[in-house]
Amino acid sequence: MSGHHIVSVKLYFGVFFALCALTFLTYWTALHDYGAFNTPLALAIAGVKAALVILFFMHAKYSSKLTQLFAFAGFFWLAILLVFTLQDFMTRDLLPFYFWPKA
Amino acid sequence: MSDHAHSTYGLVHHFDDLEQQKETGTLGMWSFLITEVLFFGGLFGAYAVYRSQFPDAFQVASAQLKVGLGAINTIVLICSSVTMALGVHAAQKGSKNGIILGLIGTLVFGAAFLVVKYFEYKEKWDHGLIPGYHFNSHGTFDSLHAGPAQMYFALYFVMTGMHAFHMVIGMILMFWLIAKARKNYFREGHYALIENFGLYWHFVDIVWIFLFPLLYLVGAHSGAGGAHHG
Amino acid sequence: MKSTVLTPPAPAAHPPQIAKAKTNYLTADFGWKSWLFTVDHKRIAVLYLVSIMVFFLIGGTFAILMRGELLTPKGDLFDADTYNKLFTMHGVVMIFFFLIPSIPAVLGNFLVPIMIGTKDLAFPKINLLSWYIYLVGGGATLYVAISGGIDTGWTFYAPYSSTYANTNVAGAAIAVFVTGFSSILTGLNFIVTIHKMRAPGMTWFRMPLFLWAQYATSLIMIMGTPVLAITVLLLALERTFHIGIFDPALGGDPVLFQHLFWFYSHPAVYIMILPGMGVVSEIVACFSKKPMFGYHFIAFSSLAIAIFGFVVWGHHMFVSGQSAYAGFVFSFLTMLVAIPSAVKVFNWIATLYKGQVSLETPMLYALGFIGLFTIGGVTGLFLAVMGLDRHVHDTYFVVAHFHYVMVGGMVMAFMGGMHFWWSKMFGRMYPEAMAQFAAVVIFVGFNFTFFPQFILGYMGMPRRYHQYNVEFQTLNVLSSAGASILGMGFLMTIAYFVWSLKWGKPAPQNPFGAKGLEWERAPSPPPTYNFEEGDKIIVTEDAYAYTSEEPAVIAAHEVKK
Repeated sequence: MSGHHIVSVKLYFGVFFALCALTFLTYWTALHDYGAFNTPLALAIAGVKAALVILFFMHAKYSSKLTQLFAFAGFFWLAILLVFTLQDFMTRDLLPFYFWPKA
Repeated sequence: MSDHAHSTYGLVHHFDDLEQQKETGTLGMWSFLITEVLFFGGLFGAYAVYRSQFPDAFQVASAQLKVGLGAINTIVLICSSVTMALGVHAAQKGSKNGIILGLIGTLVFGAAFLVVKYFEYKEKWDHGLIPGYHFNSHGTFDSLHAGPAQMYFALYFVMTGMHAFHMVIGMILMFWLIAKARKNYFREGHYALIENFGLYWHFVDIVWIFLFPLLYLVGAHSGAGGAHHG
Repeated sequence: MKSTVLTPPAPAAHPPQIAKAKTNYLTADFGWKSWLFTVDHKRIAVLYLVSIMVFFLIGGTFAILMRGELLTPKGDLFDADTYNKLFTMHGVVMIFFFLIPSIPAVLGNFLVPIMIGTKDLAFPKINLLSWYIYLVGGGATLYVAISGGIDTGWTFYAPYSSTYANTNVAGAAIAVFVTGFSSILTGLNFIVTIHKMRAPGMTWFRMPLFLWAQYATSLIMIMGTPVLAITVLLLALERTFHIGIFDPALGGDPVLFQHLFWFYSHPAVYIMILPGMGVVSEIVACFSKKPMFGYHFIAFSSLAIAIFGFVVWGHHMFVSGQSAYAGFVFSFLTMLVAIPSAVKVFNWIATLYKGQVSLETPMLYALGFIGLFTIGGVTGLFLAVMGLDRHVHDTYFVVAHFHYVMVGGMVMAFMGGMHFWWSKMFGRMYPEAMAQFAAVVIFVGFNFTFFPQFILGYMGMPRRYHQYNVEFQTLNVLSSAGASILGMGFLMTIAYFVWSLKWGKPAPQNPFGAKGLEWERAPSPPPTYNFEEGDKIIVTEDAYAYTSEEPAVIAAHEVKK
């Protein structure tokens, strides 16, 4: 017996409406200017949508810890790529090389 | 549930039992999806770097996209994910027709997405927005923004193009799955293939969930979120 | 009193077996179709072995040509463009078609299912597909080489590669893109197999350390390679359609290319070395006849290297224009990544201490690995220090460093592993005395080739130059002389291995008295499903459960038939 949890159709449609609502939310918030929060907000909403898909459509909520670890690992590794690459570009002016000739 | 116990339908020889086989397949698909996250992730990385360096140009360039079409496509893909999930649900319940209906529904929504994409791409072509030697041939961008705007569109086409390519592969595979379903291949609990394909399809949806705000909504708040052509 | 027949330390139900005329995986079926359409992981390993050796010889030929040019200060053998193509193709072939696949695709494919106690890998057909993808990528690379080659260096740096080079960069980029999937599929297969197909009783901490090493390697393969794939794909698109992604005139950033490239290519060096470390663990335990000292430390250090290896890539970019802050971070983390490697070296040495050490060929290579990898590794620490790197970046110091870890480390480990498991794979013993001699020749040749290069780099000789200042000539001549000795050692090895296939002594099941399922339960060579019919594998003891009552290793040539 694989102990496979069967998600109800009702839950699927619930997630569907949540995803549609969040899509509308991200569109609506994009029409306003929140300054530095624009991008983080959009990414946060996208993150919630992705989480809903992963947890319920992809059954991660009902899967083994190993599966959940694998799902998490991919995004964590992507975060490493993004953070460590951006930390270069965003700190170019932070610690100038004093011994380079002045531009 | 207990009909697995005496049926070994679909057991491949090098596995000890069906449960090991099923878990192996699922873990294999999740491992593959990890590679896909990193694959698209490289593009998102390039996007993040260039957007942080050229925010204005990216805003102006993004304003060339029709937000409405992007939003419609987002909903369409979400619908395709629902039909896919319902197809897997039918497989779990052992309903052959449910599987086929779910797959056909997913195919229809996927096709609709690609049709909209076609029109979007065609519009870019008509307005000289394909990166390359003829970029900005309609003078859409001023000299200050033209360079980074081309970077934006290079990323736009590679990211959405790669995404569309993954969708096409998925749709081809769906035809194959429908054929198998019609031959009653997914019986006696032997539905791991559909479930794992579903994981792939949902992943394709997730990529778009991130592409939509990052590509379409960058310039929306400046009031330039409509269809502006130079 | 030594028995004349070698008894492996196994229960009495499994008496020693000389390879009888029973079918094994080699004799189970004949004909090219049975090989080209096989899904048997052992046959796929042999297919990989042959392919990898072909590419090794091609890459080695490029190296010999380079060292020939470097005998004299003037650029007299080749012009600059041709020399650029030589070192580029040497790097591309050696890295992508030899080093990265080598141990995983040959020894890993062969041994992972057997060591785990199962019949095959999780996805046998995907395993075969991975070999075919390798061939397609390799064929494409050879086509690029024959049709003029590329001269960008194996690192494909933009904007030279993306905008200015006049060679078939797009073709090479596509070839590398394709080959990456071979690596990804192999890694995926190993991860799933190790998670899901271990025999009953084979807990994680009873696994041989070779499996821990393969697992860690496979993590890197699946998480790093896709980023390389997208990077070279962008490069190919840039070359073909001029989309502008790395073009500085449009605002593109060549440093971004380097970030994306090295995100994979640094962990790639751990793909190359970790399996070698796994092999060394197996050999050191067997030829010390002792349980591995610090098993858990070695297991976790493999994972630590795999994980830490992903956050140090900027140490290739200290002089690229990346920010000083990023340089600090990467430099610090690079020093940290040396720690797990050092942990392994200390544990190997502790295993050797007071063990019954015997110097069979595999052990010679393992000991060579420990010494040479240590030298290579600490010179890596030198390079991690930004102040020093500024001066030796792009000099022969770097070349010497990575050849010490790659050839002195990885290739030695590969040789050691091939000797150790040769009898298991082919049922024949290699000639021990000649093999020991070849090992010494290789060791000597290697050091003569690459140690002078440390000095050359420190003196300031740049890398990738076909001509150099006259004061560097003596050391270059020494290096080229060493290279010819090294080459002869390799050719000797290939020759006696091939000879042994037909004329080598038939091998017993366990010629070295080693522990492990592949030695104790699988015949030499194994049948198609790895173990005897009806032999249910249940694991009850830890790995390397050597005790002091074990018979001393009887060298294969002493075994009386």
